[in-house]
Amino acid sequence: MTATTTAPVAATPVRTTRPPSARLRAWATRAPLLPALIFMIVVTQLPFVATLVISFFDWNALYPDARKFAGLGNYQEVLTDADLRHSVWTTVLLTVAVVLASLILGLVLALLLDRKFKGRGVVRTLLIAPFLVVPVAAALLWKHVLYNPEYGLFNGLLHYVGGPQPDWISNTPLLAVEASLVWQWTPFMMLILLAGLQSRDHEQIEAARVDGASDWQIFRHLTLPHLRRYLELGALLGSIYIVQNFDAVFTITSGGLGTANLPYTVYQSFYQAHENGLASAAGVLVVIGSIIIATFALRVVSSLFREEVSRA
Amino acid sequence: MSSMAVRLRSRRKGAGLGLVAWLLGIAFFLPIAWMALTSFHSEADAATNPPSFAASLTLDGYREFFGAGGGASPWPALINSAVASIASTLFVLVLALPAAYALSIRPVKKWTDVLFFFLSTKMLPAVAGLLPLYLFAKNTDMLDNIWLLVILYTSMNLPIAVWMMHSFLAEIPVAIIEAARVDGAKLPTILTRVVAPIALPGIAATSLICFIFSWNELLFARVLTGVVAETAPVFLTGFITSQGLFLAKVCAASLVISLPVLAAGFAAQDKLVQGLSLGAVK
Repeated sequence: MTATTTAPVAATPVRTTRPPSARLRAWATRAPLLPALIFMIVVTQLPFVATLVISFFDWNALYPDARKFAGLGNYQEVLTDADLRHSVWTTVLLTVAVVLASLILGLVLALLLDRKFKGRGVVRTLLIAPFLVVPVAAALLWKHVLYNPEYGLFNGLLHYVGGPQPDWISNTPLLAVEASLVWQWTPFMMLILLAGLQSRDHEQIEAARVDGASDWQIFRHLTLPHLRRYLELGALLGSIYIVQNFDAVFTITSGGLGTANLPYTVYQSFYQAHENGLASAAGVLVVIGSIIIATFALRVVSSLFREEVSRA
Repeated sequence: MSSMAVRLRSRRKGAGLGLVAWLLGIAFFLPIAWMALTSFHSEADAATNPPSFAASLTLDGYREFFGAGGGASPWPALINSAVASIASTLFVLVLALPAAYALSIRPVKKWTDVLFFFLSTKMLPAVAGLLPLYLFAKNTDMLDNIWLLVILYTSMNLPIAVWMMHSFLAEIPVAIIEAARVDGAKLPTILTRVVAPIALPGIAATSLICFIFSWNELLFARVLTGVVAETAPVFLTGFITSQGLFLAKVCAASLVISLPVLAAGFAAQDKLVQGLSLGAVK
């Protein structure tokens, strides 16, 4: 199942009245595309269809003989199960908080980096680095090296100023996961917004400055409207990646303390509880959520894309 | 106020904001710097509060990570990760290059629809197909087989690669290709002599980004591999089961396993945005 309404290329109608050589040429043009297209359909679309089918069955892998058709029973169970409902809510909370925080931080950093100053290249490199730490390694770093209540860096630094020594992960588990993700995703947002800032019309800004516009007025009336679609793009791509986050939740809290999001719940319900039907229903729900986000994302990308094509 | 005073003030403000940028850059980098420093400390020095910044340096953490203390060697996992990442990147290139050609230089009809079909598959969450893939792998004895991961990583990165390559190939002026054709050049010559030299930097950046995503992947690897085909991220999650202090060891392990990604990421820095935004941002 895909989020677009577009048909695959094979749907191009070939008129039978056309001479065979033209049809041959059309296939010759199409041929380089087919391996990639067929590969994608087989590897990504078929498993989802299977998930959809399994989601209608009551099927625990430990009792394979008891498999039977359940209709919408699994969906009913997923939507009424308190834990699962909670994981839906956690997913929303996690995604929205991380995307918003990293977007705002990313915007601040992009604005700072858009100015010329000594060592700008070095600062840019320092800022990209968190995004280039393997996600599992980043999660381990935050969990053990930074958050640890006894010898973590945070409490170590607090020690110097005589601050409290909180147990970060136990006190604020979801926030702890979110902070580590914000750290990793801010560089991503910064890069997209910086590209947006650098594609501004500098003559227009100069003209506004000559006319006596203040920095704030320029930001509010020229920069922000121009950045709008880059902000949207960052938010939507970020959402797509963070909705699916598994590494941080798995590593930092193992889904405990109310931090289990949908991907973790799906993983757990079939990998540990062997509830194939329930896991599939939850998986289908993740997809429906993603399709809603993706429809917006595709619209943004396609508007940027069309502008690109028309400019060329 | 004279114009010089205004300029002076704005320069001072500029320097102030530059300082803020530096401070934020250092703040973001601090966890990584601390991780690097800790990896060279002894376990005892790594686990002190307040932190021991000036403790003596040692390679013990790295020795432990590489199995000196009797733990499992990380080499099989690192080699598996390398195989999965490099092989899947090569497959991606083999599939994506012709596809991008058919979407840019000699476009098929409705090429934008095809492009968006590829993009939409990227928005399908991995968990959606995980269970059927697991069942399929189990029934065909493909579980714990690194080539299953190669196939899945290829599908994970193919849409990104098609989009990126499309945007790189679309930058090649059609006139150059036409001129070569008029001069009597055949398709293979056009591809190797005209298209390849212009597209090469883009192809390199695409490869590096695909490599990063494959190297980082955890969910598929965690579910579909076991002892034999375990990748580096899976190895890392299973690393902290031993008793006692492990901070320096974890830091060394995290750093070693992140090193290829850091290297690839900095090498592809200029094209990173384009890849991550699926070619939407240049």
